[in-house]
Amino acid sequence: MPDDIAPSPPADRGYLTEKGFLSWACTLDHKRIGLLYLGTTLLFFLVGGVFALLLRMKLMYPGEELFSNKAYNVFFTLHGIMMIFLFIIPAIPSALGNFLIPLMIGARDVAFPRLNIFSYWIFLAGIIVILASLASPLDTGWTFYTPYSATTGAAVTVLSFGIFLVGMSSILTGLNFIVTIHRLRAPGLTWFRLPLFIWSMYATSIIQVLATPVVGITFLLLAAERIFGVGFFDPAKGGDPLLFQHFFWFYSHPVVYVMILPAMGIVSEILPVFARKPIFGYKGIAYSSLAIAFIGFLVWGHHMFVSGMSDVAGIIFSFLTFFVAVPTGVKVFNWIATLYRGSISLDAPMLYSLTFIFLFIIGGLTGPFLGALATNVHLHDTYFVVAHFHYTMMGGTVIGLFAGLHYWFPKMFGRMYSERRALTAWLLIFFGFNITFFSMFILGVQGMPRRWAEYPERFQPLHIASTAGSWFLALGTVLMFWNLFRSLFRGGPAQPDPWGSKTLEWRTGSPPPTHNFAEIPTVTEWPYGFGKKEKERE
Amino acid sequence: MPGFAATNNTVSGVAAQVDGVFLFITLVGLFFFVLTQGFLIYFALRYRRKKREEPAETPYITGSHWLETLWVVIPSLVVLAIFIYGYLVYRTIRTPPADAVEIQVTARQWLYQFTYPDGRTAVNEVRVEVGRPVKFLMKSADVIHGLYLPDFRVKMDILPGSYTYLWVQPEQVGKYEIYCTEYCGTGHSVMRAVMIVMNHEDYGRWVKQEEKPETLSLTKKGEKLTENSGCLACHSLDGTARVGPTLKGLFGKKVALADGKSVVADETYIRESILEPNAKLVQGFPPVMPTFQGVLKDEDITAIIAYIKTVK
Ligand code: HEC
Ligand SMILES: [Cu+2]
Ligand SMILES: [Cu+2]
Repeated sequence: MPDDIAPSPPADRGYLTEKGFLSWACTLDHKRIGLLYLGTTLLFFLVGGVFALLLRMKLMYPGEELFSNKAYNVFFTLHGIMMIFLFIIPAIPSALGNFLIPLMIGARDVAFPRLNIFSYWIFLAGIIVILASLASPLDTGWTFYTPYSATTGAAVTVLSFGIFLVGMSSILTGLNFIVTIHRLRAPGLTWFRLPLFIWSMYATSIIQVLATPVVGITFLLLAAERIFGVGFFDPAKGGDPLLFQHFFWFYSHPVVYVMILPAMGIVSEILPVFARKPIFGYKGIAYSSLAIAFIGFLVWGHHMFVSGMSDVAGIIFSFLTFFVAVPTGVKVFNWIATLYRGSISLDAPMLYSLTFIFLFIIGGLTGPFLGALATNVHLHDTYFVVAHFHYTMMGGTVIGLFAGLHYWFPKMFGRMYSERRALTAWLLIFFGFNITFFSMFILGVQGMPRRWAEYPERFQPLHIASTAGSWFLALGTVLMFWNLFRSLFRGGPAQPDPWGSKTLEWRTGSPPPTHNFAEIPTVTEWPYGFGKKEKERE
Repeated sequence: MPGFAATNNTVSGVAAQVDGVFLFITLVGLFFFVLTQGFLIYFALRYRRKKREEPAETPYITGSHWLETLWVVIPSLVVLAIFIYGYLVYRTIRTPPADAVEIQVTARQWLYQFTYPDGRTAVNEVRVEVGRPVKFLMKSADVIHGLYLPDFRVKMDILPGSYTYLWVQPEQVGKYEIYCTEYCGTGHSVMRAVMIVMNHEDYGRWVKQEEKPETLSLTKKGEKLTENSGCLACHSLDGTARVGPTLKGLFGKKVALADGKSVVADETYIRESILEPNAKLVQGFPPVMPTFQGVLKDEDITAIIAYIKTVK
């Protein structure tokens, strides 16, 4: 695919043909709904990113420079809330999930298209409520620990309601996906012929449906505490502040798998296509998604080793935590084995996928430091934790999303992007990311606490390095988005199957027609049948 | 200074043990890092195909039972080992010796108050004797805080309504920083204290001197209180601004307030500044000074005011 062909529009605009506000706001087409989510969540990624840059700017100085400590606290709260609730949780599941699930399983839409657009509206309503709550600056951190969140003057109650709505949208979307995957698979598409992205979305949806109600309840209790002074969490009234933390992490731990599993699914799709090899250990990867989803429900206490929770509970949670590492390891090993004797082309989707694996390994290998009790006591609530979860969430999920965006962009919009610009952006992102966040591991080991607006001078050099890295990261990200954005209008036409993939979404036009397939395909084999069989296997 | 897991850590036995676990996980991690990243990069380069080149023929390999079993079993054993090692050292971290000196800690936005067994109190500074185990018994007067001694590799959250504890046995004379690690509002990052580890003789001398403060003059007593109450973490005596304005030449000065008014710093103003710091905010400074209501007694404040008058 040559870079930047003349801007002659591809002939058939498929599902994108219809124009106008209502054709989007009231659409029932899963592809359009997916794009609505994509636009909304990426917008908050950019806003949250601006807050991150402001935080990094301030941290170049040890004292109260640039803006006040109070403003710093508000900014890190907003950075967290936007990135977690408005970007990373909904981004891959709601945006790519919506766009791809029906296409990949050979269906014309999701099981409940009306519920689907309704979920998006609730999501928007939640966002509006959340933004309204910002009229009184929130300074609780995205974790909202009581009693601070029950007493601060910020509009926590309004925000609680907003998060409740966003959560509801997540539950409905998850439900919709589960039913879709069960009921609407094309003829011949048995469970073990499903693309691995579908497996990961299936596991993700289960977590969303089971865990999200808990965060809804948590925020309702918090609102009751603030409005009526009920005393669920206030020890003066017989409540317990740790109860809040248990509730909060019972949701917020499983939800990290809502963030990472879909990205793992994306990578599992891209690797075989660009290595021209079958995925190694298909069942291992599929089952490990379910195993992670299951064990993920049992380890929330590892956020609370030094919270004052009983030591015995801490020991049990530490033990269980280590066993999330095993299925995760299986995936990484299987991905690497997939590359063996492949014929690998390093196009942008592949480059981002390999970067995902590279960064995710670092994020993963720093997990045991935090899972082990003795070292956790030292590293908890320091920059080590900040570095660890940015390696997994940004290095993992966000880079995985970037991989997916480059891979499915031609399918979504029927156009190609400039490969050269994509590579430049990748280079900046890769180096910027590692400079920004590796410095934080060292800061953490040296004892720099997180959420600190000011700090002792000895930490300054590494903070400056990290801030400098953040500029490269930002530059790369902007360039990447610019490249894609520009290609929406100027990119050359894309073929129905530009990468030589075998999953069903490539067996229809780019962009696909409104009802996806002229004729529903019949599936006769799994989607990773690359390479030459030496002898017949199962 | 806390650095990269130095196993020759001599600050305390526990710190050295924690660094041992750190080193163990680092070595295991490095092994897997080299293994995985090595193969990842090697395969990506070795089997690379040029742009726009037709894909070469690749083998149809869909998995290998023995390999997959291998990378379930070996990592399981490795993480089990890490868990056990971490757990064993954790037991030590959580088990204070029976003869530990018990020091009460009350945390509030945004200071730590320490109460010694004999009833003496100090703010944001605690003195202990080298070689003697100390147990901090902690509770919070408001929101959750965390007490973190980075050099000693230990921390613990401090809760309202129930007690938590933490213990250390310092083996080296020196000054060690104490940080707050649980986010507690505007002053979270300036909520710092020091632990001063003294040798036997110095500690004895200090205790004796502390025992008869009534023999001190009012300004001398004020000077001691200003030191022991943590004021100097935020206020300098030499004219430089820190977290708060300098105390040098404060008395009788005209102070510009955040609301645009101004006030002459007399006894009443200084008293109010200590008991209700946010009633009149100094221009250009954050509202992070903790209230000393219930921490300093009335006569203590009188002594501090007398001392501030002498800082010129
Ligand atoms: C956590 C840091 C911190 C600590 C500890 C602290 N202060 Fe302050 N103090 C401030 C800040 C910031 C201001 C300026 C804002 C304000 O007026 O509250 C201030 C203001 C003052 C003022 C008014 C100064 C002026 O220029 O008008 C006085 C007097 C004062 N503090 C005395 C004390 C004394 C005495 C102590 C110890 C018992 C103490 N402070 C402990 C941060 C601190
Ligand atoms: Cu605190
Ligand atoms: Cu704090």
